[in-house]
Amino acid sequence: MPQERTDSAAGSTAARPFAARLHGMGPVVGLVLLCIAGTLLNSDFATLDNAMNVLTRTAFIGIIAVGMCFVIISGGIDLSVGSMAALIAGSVILMMNALGAHGMSPVATVVLGAGFAVLLGAVFGLAHGLLITRGRIEPFIVTLGTLGIFRAYLTYLSNGGAITLDNNLADAYAPVYYGALLGVPIPVWVFLIVALVGALILNRTAYGRYVQAIGSNEQVARYAAVDVDRIKMLTYVLLGACVGIATLLYVPRLGSASPTTGLLWELEAIAAVIVGGTALKGGAGSITGTVVGAVLLSVISNILNLTSIISVYLNAAVQGFVIIVVAFMQRRR
Amino acid sequence: MAVEFDNVVKAFGPVQVLHGVSFDLAPGRVVGLLGENGAGKSTLMKILAGYEGLSGGELRVAGAPARFDGPRAAEAQGIVMIHQEFALAEDLTIAQNIFLGHEKTRGLLLDDAAMRAETERVLQQVGLRKNPDTQVRHLIVAEKQLVEVAKALQRRARLLIMDEPTATLTPGETERLFALIAQLKADGVTVVYISHKLDEVERVTDEIVVMRDGRFVTRTETKNVTRQQMANLMVGRDLSDLYPPKTIAPIAAPLLKVQGLTVPGWAQDVGFEVAPGEILGFAGLVGAGRTELFEGLLGLRPASVERVELAGRELHIRSPRHAADHGLTYLSEDRKGKGLHVNFGLRENLTLMALSRYAAPWLKPDAERAALKSAVADFGIRTGSLEIPASSLSGGNQQKLALAKVLHPGPKVVVLDEPTRGVDVGAKRDIYFLIQRLANEGRAVIVVSSELMELIGICHRIVVMRAGRVQATLAAEQLTEEVLIAHATGTH
Repeated sequence: MPQERTDSAAGSTAARPFAARLHGMGPVVGLVLLCIAGTLLNSDFATLDNAMNVLTRTAFIGIIAVGMCFVIISGGIDLSVGSMAALIAGSVILMMNALGAHGMSPVATVVLGAGFAVLLGAVFGLAHGLLITRGRIEPFIVTLGTLGIFRAYLTYLSNGGAITLDNNLADAYAPVYYGALLGVPIPVWVFLIVALVGALILNRTAYGRYVQAIGSNEQVARYAAVDVDRIKMLTYVLLGACVGIATLLYVPRLGSASPTTGLLWELEAIAAVIVGGTALKGGAGSITGTVVGAVLLSVISNILNLTSIISVYLNAAVQGFVIIVVAFMQRRR
Repeated sequence: MAVEFDNVVKAFGPVQVLHGVSFDLAPGRVVGLLGENGAGKSTLMKILAGYEGLSGGELRVAGAPARFDGPRAAEAQGIVMIHQEFALAEDLTIAQNIFLGHEKTRGLLLDDAAMRAETERVLQQVGLRKNPDTQVRHLIVAEKQLVEVAKALQRRARLLIMDEPTATLTPGETERLFALIAQLKADGVTVVYISHKLDEVERVTDEIVVMRDGRFVTRTETKNVTRQQMANLMVGRDLSDLYPPKTIAPIAAPLLKVQGLTVPGWAQDVGFEVAPGEILGFAGLVGAGRTELFEGLLGLRPASVERVELAGRELHIRSPRHAADHGLTYLSEDRKGKGLHVNFGLRENLTLMALSRYAAPWLKPDAERAALKSAVADFGIRTGSLEIPASSLSGGNQQKLALAKVLHPGPKVVVLDEPTRGVDVGAKRDIYFLIQRLANEGRAVIVVSSELMELIGICHRIVVMRAGRVQATLAAEQLTEEVLIAHATGTH
């Protein structure tokens, strides 16, 4: 992955004192410690099967977190991603069922459905971006509103129950979630590609630099002839597309969408970004950190599942403690 | 209040900025502290005011060793610093700002009436006619400066440190500040006056202390030295002419022509033109609408315009991006708030406006680094390392970086708003020569400045604005400060 951190203030890694470098390594150190603990507590933890299982579960949140990372670095926030995922899942299933009923081949239907998921996410993101930049409404407010709107529409479409994918389509779709390439599940591959592309865009393109410049000081960026509105709008489109990708991987897992689909995903995605060392106020952050943050959070729940020291019911509590501890370690002195 | 610095040493990490500074300040004196940017004046004063600790040596206040663990501890001793960049909460009112952290209470509740009354009194003392309930965000920069002074007065300062207090003040406001300083002095208050404006130092101070490269150089009664000698002491070498020799104003078709530009609330029906190779000045009092005029032209504020012509073609400027694409860039007067990303590295700042040049489509940090290297040499930016955030540069060097940044896209027309604000004499001279070089390269240069002498010194023509309108457009030859002031104040 190109460049470990994008925090421009950090300067060259060589010039930074050891303590400062350790500072940025917090999430990695935490993850390593957790993995050591997991290995000691249960011999099943350090198996390839379990690792792939954890990574596959991380993929959804991780992919969304990569998009969220852009939004947060630019100084924004998106609270609607969980509801958006649910509505995309429901819409895509309804569309595929309709296409399937009209005699389209299952494979073509799945391909169209996957494309539709990404497109729909991008359109939702564009709507957010337009309301935030042209409408001059706080991102918190806009996405708080759509959080309710998206989930309510899904509930309405599903009549409060579940929207289920037709069986023959589910069979054709299943490999997208259950399949593997070179022993690595497809969702993990997609997660890896999204993260790599995200890191490349953030660190090695003018667009990525602009995103950081806006988050660091929007006024300075505006005066420096950066097209602030367009760049900000694109971060929401990017996030929407990421939600679309995550959803198209998620649909074949259960083959249905219900009012509880994607519940609290927004908090998990934001937590992954923050645990990964990105400042909530924006300006600087890293995709690598975000990926580590997402993996770290799902390793916690995996360890709780495998061991009986702490009740599984306390999963969210343990994650919450970790978020606070990491934030404490990373606070600016 | 008597203060002694005894062999004061300060280091930030490996960088030593003060190398054993010793001198003392006597009560009831106005002391001018002189030195180039980076000489260590501000650091020394921050130690005195409790914002920084010492790395070695001793600070004695009224004979007793003092170690302040914060500005509040210094304030408790009556030492108050007024910053170059103001520390005011924009959303609070004037009264709330003046009493911030020292609120008057009656029982558990705030005593707003008493605070308002007290605020009215100190505002009157500094000559600011504003309602104490006005939000600070609605004040112009000069008024904020006066609020800072009022705040210090309310805190009953015994030693007042003023860092470039007149940088944003009009001549009238400056006079009022000087009267205030005289009054404070009569009350026995010690005033440390940091300024690059040597004529003011000459007028207002009793003695001067000169610092250079983190060391004490000399102290002397102000009446014993000339301005030229002060400048030479600061720089440590003989400063010949501050301004480059004038070139003859070019005769050519205008490169930028603006007609009927109106920025609601700031400027009405302003028109001007500037030719390639020409330096056009914009003079006026603070609040005359010059900055807002150009922000309106660039699409940074709502504005309407009859016609803008750039290089002979009509142009409807929508945004700074659009303007930059057509060869017009703007340097903001507000370096920290609008000019530089202070947390970004030098390289990221330099290339931000011309980033597409380095993206094909992947950014090429090596090419950016090479550009930074040549800009550092070209603009005389003094820095130890190239891999530091912009905030580590001294004020003058930040300004040179900001200049390099707006020139990086290679504009045909460049607007420089207060290009030498808060910059020392040596750096000023560098910037004047740079401005002339830009004009000689065939660019049209517009300089907005509150320092009338520098406009007369470098410009070919000067547009004088008053209350949002063009008052006069004058040729700079044989122009005097008095004539300019008369036009700017409408007493012509």
